[in-house]
Amino acid sequence: MPLTSQEIQKIASLAKLDLSSGQEEKMLQQINAFFEIVEQIKSVDTSSIAPLSHPLATVQEVSLRLRDDQVSETNQRELNQKSAPKLGKGLFLVPKVIES
Amino acid sequence: MQELHNMSLQGLALAIKNRTVSARETSEHFLARAKAHASLKPALNPLQTADHLTPATTSCGAFVSFNEEFTLNLADQSDQRISKGQARSLEGVPIAHKDIFVTRDFPTTAGSKMLEGYCSPFDATVVSLLQQEGMINLGKLNCDEFAMGSSNENSAWGPVKNPWDVSRVAGGSSGGSAAAVALRLCPAATGTDTGGSIRQPASFCGVTGIKPTYGRASRYGMIAYASSLDQAGPMAQSAEDCALLLSAMCGPDLDRDSTSLDVPKEDFSRHLNDSIQGLRIGLPKEFFSDGLHADVRTCIDLALDEFKALGAQLVPIELPKTELSIPVYYILAPAEASSNLSRFDGVKFGFRAKAYKDLDDLYRKTRTEGFGEEVKKRIMIGTYVLSHGYYDAYYLQAQKIRRMISNDFQEAFKTCDVIAGPVTPQVAWKLGEQINDPVANYLADIFTLPASLAGLPAMSIPCGFGASSMPVGLQMIGNYFQESKLLNAAHQFQLSTDWHKKALRGTT
Repeated sequence: MPLTSQEIQKIASLAKLDLSSGQEEKMLQQINAFFEIVEQIKSVDTSSIAPLSHPLATVQEVSLRLRDDQVSETNQRELNQKSAPKLGKGLFLVPKVIES
Repeated sequence: MQELHNMSLQGLALAIKNRTVSARETSEHFLARAKAHASLKPALNPLQTADHLTPATTSCGAFVSFNEEFTLNLADQSDQRISKGQARSLEGVPIAHKDIFVTRDFPTTAGSKMLEGYCSPFDATVVSLLQQEGMINLGKLNCDEFAMGSSNENSAWGPVKNPWDVSRVAGGSSGGSAAAVALRLCPAATGTDTGGSIRQPASFCGVTGIKPTYGRASRYGMIAYASSLDQAGPMAQSAEDCALLLSAMCGPDLDRDSTSLDVPKEDFSRHLNDSIQGLRIGLPKEFFSDGLHADVRTCIDLALDEFKALGAQLVPIELPKTELSIPVYYILAPAEASSNLSRFDGVKFGFRAKAYKDLDDLYRKTRTEGFGEEVKKRIMIGTYVLSHGYYDAYYLQAQKIRRMISNDFQEAFKTCDVIAGPVTPQVAWKLGEQINDPVANYLADIFTLPASLAGLPAMSIPCGFGASSMPVGLQMIGNYFQESKLLNAAHQFQLSTDWHKKALRGTT
């Protein structure tokens, strides 16, 4: 079931991307071509199979760790803000989101 | 003395340690070579103080940034250590890093306009580990944007051209790393492999590369594409060199990478010289199917004959879900990418669009202008397969088949020790040939994806030349934590063949 241009626009919107009409057409064609090779997965019987999220889980117990909540870094505000597109008074600036 | 750029890492380290050549001279030698193959834009190099480079027309576009002052300074420190008798294992030996590893002293762009001029506040764990062995960071290497691609044509800084034929692709996504090693611009390079990004360019450019078991090399500071698949690994002239590098790169990084495995560091060189008498090499019948081009097949068959002559046994095996690895990978990787790449919003670092009317518009315009086409497509695919109503049919189903693919490998390893086959169905294709046919590009990843999905260690070693005299690589896949067995087999092969030493004209 090929995607429609409306659906492509909705996905783009969810992904915060703008598509011009030319790009939309190309994207639609390429994504639909891709989903033609995806269809074959639907016929695979996976009813007794658990999803695999960590590749090593096939051979061993894998649990995702959390580290202790301890300070491990020194404050490097300037270094961390070095590549910011827009700063003011040591803060990241974005367009106003709350009306004053 | 042998030319510096054709020496082994051990040889080079010894020459520097014995002061036959200084670390500084070594770095200068490689920098001079590397600069002829840059793909640099001055704006990319805020740290570059001196001469901005204009890429030469003969450039393969392998390097994207240098910081000569930093490099030579590090080399001087190595020379000082040597004079004090404090040389570390790879003291003074240069290495270049794929531009997906963040570095404090070089810009890091991941091949994307989105990160033009970005400078990380820290070094990736892998970068630090290699530096701790005394290695000198020579510069950063071109790659497909956010490591998405198999041809290196998706870089915002231009494609990497194959050094064996500049009208062809170098492969990807670690194309700059493969080309740089093939051209002997650096003795070694780092790469990353998500679906074949070390093995495929290594195969296309005639170099040796290995990805370890998923979780052995820290992903800290490696710009994320698909976190459950991404692994770092070395690319170099031989399996012996790769073993040295991999030993330095791997090890637990438990506080910084939640998927890093708590497995101790290992010396991957220790079994290099073992005999491979009786080694059972599994040949998956699906890897030798109709899709495999005859020229590649001939090279692989000859390599397998060589292994037989070395005492190995060839065992037929099956990996029945091989074909499904393509849709499974191209659902899972984009799904993870769509989540990982949501951080690029123009707020805290990197590119921001010039004109926007509100915050939402800032996000949209920044992402629309900052990302390249292939990246956008994968974000779209990922967003779609994770969206309400489609998650079960696509993402969850793919994760289930991923387990079946992994199980198939475990079944196969009951009758063999390592698995061998082609890396790709064909040799490097022409630049631009597949750019408008992404599905064809995806299909070409068929032999590298299964090991990636299973998280298994896998490598590519040069094993001959196919159509148009382009290099062909032999893929070897090991079971979990069997890196040293893979490297052992590869090293024994390289002791009795010289494909890995067939150098390009002008590099000898």
